[in-house]
Amino acid sequence: MKQVYLDANSSEIYFTSCGSESNNFAIKGAADAYKQKGKHIIVSSIEHFSVLYSAKRLEQSSGFEITYLPVDKYGLVSSGELEKAIRNDTILVSIQHANPEIGTIQNVEELSKIVHAKNILLHTDAVCTVGLEPIDVYKMGVDLLSLSSSQIYGPKGAAALYIKKGVRAIPQIDGGIQESGRRAGTENIPGIVGFGKACEIAKSEMEENNKKIVLLRNRLIAELPNKIEHIYLNGHNLKRLPGNVNFSVEFVEGEGMLLLLDDAGVNVTSGSACTSKALKLSHVLSAIKVDTAIAQGSVLMTFSKYNSPDDVDYILQEFPLIVKKLRDMSPLYAYFLKTGTRQAAGPGTDYDHHHDRDEHGK
Amino acid sequence: MAFYSDKVLEHFKNPRNVGEITNADGIGEIGNPVCGDMMTFYVKIKDNKLEDVKFKTFGCGAAIAVSSMVSEMAKGKSVEDALKITNESVAAELGGLPPNKMHCSNLGADALHRAIEDYQNKHKEAK
Repeated sequence: MKQVYLDANSSEIYFTSCGSESNNFAIKGAADAYKQKGKHIIVSSIEHFSVLYSAKRLEQSSGFEITYLPVDKYGLVSSGELEKAIRNDTILVSIQHANPEIGTIQNVEELSKIVHAKNILLHTDAVCTVGLEPIDVYKMGVDLLSLSSSQIYGPKGAAALYIKKGVRAIPQIDGGIQESGRRAGTENIPGIVGFGKACEIAKSEMEENNKKIVLLRNRLIAELPNKIEHIYLNGHNLKRLPGNVNFSVEFVEGEGMLLLLDDAGVNVTSGSACTSKALKLSHVLSAIKVDTAIAQGSVLMTFSKYNSPDDVDYILQEFPLIVKKLRDMSPLYAYFLKTGTRQAAGPGTDYDHHHDRDEHGK
Repeated sequence: MAFYSDKVLEHFKNPRNVGEITNADGIGEIGNPVCGDMMTFYVKIKDNKLEDVKFKTFGCGAAIAVSSMVSEMAKGKSVEDALKITNESVAAELGGLPPNKMHCSNLGADALHRAIEDYQNKHKEAK
């Protein structure tokens, strides 16, 4: 797969076992290699946990300082904010290509110019854009880029990190000469071969698939608000992954919608606290400052090449009924219908009710 | 997503006693929309018996199933017996709840007790 997808040179691709490993390798490996130069790293606040927790680990065990860059209400990193966050001792910036939850696509090319003007490395987690967006590592101007096989219908257990020629990253798995000595361990050959084939197919189909998927996405985004009142789109209208639809549905909680949609044969996910094992609200929805009560009703639907316009029709028909069923049960909706105002924290509010587990649900 | 017992799913999909009681004798509310769970219970009490119990719940599948089960367990019981319903007995009646849902979604008995206390407080005043 080496040249097939990324337009990168094959000697710059290092195979790993999963996207999370690629992100760990990029952040910890580069931090370790460049720590003499400085101990400050910038990551966006809506990164995948494998980036956020790698950064946190460096903060806790290796004396690094981490800046978590805020994003705007669409989830976009502003170049101005990035520029302000850069310090003399900044060695690495990690900004994802697109967010898997709200679909927002960053302007990595523009951000890379700012980062490189200060002679800093840029890592991009492109796990959720591979196969959906063209990725040209040279044009984007990235030094490290993570991608994974399972996101493009390839086998699980294969992923990769692009490391630009001349960029250093200390191995995170020691003990062998595999992957030019940068990642020890027997290569998952069947997985890697499948990954390569998946890249080949993804690249050849991407343009055609995207045309179709974007139409499904746009229609659902345009028509769902006509069928269900008080729903709000999360993410950006245009700078958005082709198949990503993410709405917050007010007055209902996400898991209830998810279960009833599942029953109707529609598989979705939610950023609500109740759907996460750790009972924590999505850090992405928090970062784009969605009202906490409204964020509990978030629903993420993603279209793929296997979906059709009939699926959109079906959702437009079934989803409003499900929301109605749950709203008819909701005391918040009843309160809203009676008073025309939102019940933020009424009598009986349990202020001592905390969820103090960490994100891993331990 | 949590894995629920068949009984939890059944109550979630077909919840009993959803609604409000106009002129309820007691109303009890618990939870917080910010946390993602909120329950309101309404009770109608006659001759020391819970003649009717209704609820409205904003929350996950477990929260809705718990509310439904509490309403079913409480209906027809004496005030004293209804106060003996605990969150644990509700969970047991539902065939168990996932461990991470035991605390946050399993507040139905508390909401019911608040509704009964509301009735008792009003009753005291009336006396």
